[in-house]
Amino acid sequence: MTGTIEPTAPKRLTTSAMIASFADPGQRTSSAPFGHALADLADRDGRVVGLTADLGKYTDMHVFAEAHPDRFFQMGMAEQLLFGAAAGMAEVGLVPFASTYSVFAARRAYDFLCLDAAEPNLNVNIVGGLPGLTTGYGPSHQATEDMAIFRGMPNLTIVDPCDSVDIAAAVPQLAACEGPTYLRLLRGKVPTVLDEYDYTFQLGRAAVLRGGSDVVLVSSGLMTMRALQAADRLAAHHVDVAVVHTPTIKPFDAETVLRELDTDRLAVTLENHTVVGGLFETVASHVVRAGLGRAVVPIGLPDEFLAAGALPTLHDRYGLSTDKVVEQVLASL
Amino acid sequence: MPTTRELAEKARFVRTETVRLTRIAGAGHYSAVFSCAEILAALYYAELRLDPARPDWPDRDRFVMSKGHAAIGLYPVLADLGYFDPAELDSYTRLGSPFGDHPDMKRIAGVDFSSGSLGHGLSVGVGMALAGRLAGHDHRTWVLLGDGELAEGQIWEAATSASHYGLGDLVAVVDANQLGIDGFVADVMGAEPIDARFAAFGWGVQRVDGHDLPALLAAFAALPARGGTVPQVIVADTVKGKGVARMELSPDWHVGNLAGADYDDVLTELAR
Repeated sequence: MTGTIEPTAPKRLTTSAMIASFADPGQRTSSAPFGHALADLADRDGRVVGLTADLGKYTDMHVFAEAHPDRFFQMGMAEQLLFGAAAGMAEVGLVPFASTYSVFAARRAYDFLCLDAAEPNLNVNIVGGLPGLTTGYGPSHQATEDMAIFRGMPNLTIVDPCDSVDIAAAVPQLAACEGPTYLRLLRGKVPTVLDEYDYTFQLGRAAVLRGGSDVVLVSSGLMTMRALQAADRLAAHHVDVAVVHTPTIKPFDAETVLRELDTDRLAVTLENHTVVGGLFETVASHVVRAGLGRAVVPIGLPDEFLAAGALPTLHDRYGLSTDKVVEQVLASL
Repeated sequence: MPTTRELAEKARFVRTETVRLTRIAGAGHYSAVFSCAEILAALYYAELRLDPARPDWPDRDRFVMSKGHAAIGLYPVLADLGYFDPAELDSYTRLGSPFGDHPDMKRIAGVDFSSGSLGHGLSVGVGMALAGRLAGHDHRTWVLLGDGELAEGQIWEAATSASHYGLGDLVAVVDANQLGIDGFVADVMGAEPIDARFAAFGWGVQRVDGHDLPALLAAFAALPARGGTVPQVIVADTVKGKGVARMELSPDWHVGNLAGADYDDVLTELAR
């Protein structure tokens, strides 16, 4: 071996390069908010442990691993083992956060999450990277139906955070939640958006981020960021838009959402997920149960396997970009 | 330490109680219990570090019945040890009863982990062993596997990680009773050589006659001291349906009910 290793100044750990970001150019971001939040939580709570299935670097778990090496468990490329072992740890009294990509958690390890974590209602916290369409790698990595898969699992709490602010606030609340949880992880340079609003993440609660008299957008995950951007742009069209953020998909805060939908404003749901089995159908089922008898327009991914490509191109193609959201809202008015 | 004769009585008790509970339910997995009756007796009455008065004692030995369909044989043992009133067993499989075909950790004192879907227990055991080590405990985590279950690839993910982490306090017992539902394991999907496979995965291996109580006790005694670094497996060669001639190594008796004369015949045979 030849060559030298350049000494580097201590710096805040970030996600490795080569990972596409959905942040807009110049947008404020925070690096690896999940990893830092988990490491901070573990400073205060000795029960917290972290596991991953050879995806520590790409799920920001490496930040925790560096801060708490004695409480980090690398389980190798074995997702069923990852979650089975996490359940065993929870039974003994630990609070595990186990990370992999959402596709592997939802598709590959379902039986283990269902029977080892959810049925015994153990405090196993699933951390799924690349939820919905947040990678251009194609169907093997795009978890477009993860919420549809997980919503049917009793006892499981599902959180779809918007930004770094949501993630930082959610991590300790997920740990405090008695049963199993699923976090749709945004990793790497994660946009920082919600600190500009009078809002604090509360597990199980939806929040009205802004009021508006013509349209109400009900959104979760990164689509709340797009909804807020779209609302600003629609103001230029003299369309007054409200945004309701629903970061907890299950249990769903139907009371807040139904209160906002019980008007004659155009109602639109926005989700980074197929329109099958996610936020739209959650909202629709509550609308029907409540007998509201009104239309709701879904903005989300189509019921198909998506193309590979550059993420901004794909968001445009499949209707998640702010431009497309504005277009769809205008077309629905 | 109970005598071999006393343990043999406990194994007989496991079998007869299984037959009795099967009659209550109208169906049950008796033959898969009969193959591990001596294993359960030897573990629960001579080996596991337990305190039935404190089922949640953090440093108790854990027992994960990965072959959860044998729970019908575990419940009477837990009742006999004092985890709950034996009279409660009469509710077996009735609506609302905690005692179902597969064990429920949330509702039955003494059950350390729920099971039913095969191939889960060893991964759960890995987590329990890692957590025990982190907590500074020296509890052992025992996992009872079937030989048909070894076809589940998950077993081998777990076996890999156990040796990677040097989990010497993880002990698997394979109830190698030779039969699955569709026939002999060797025909359905061969699992042998079980001992060589685990050895290749970095485990310490012993192989014994799983109906020979002194041999089982000797295998337990031969385990490395707690705190070791090599996971251990005891491959117990057994006979599915052991103790009832018509059931032994017969693929026709995996689950079902005993009616009329069959019921009396089986109890008479087990009483011999």
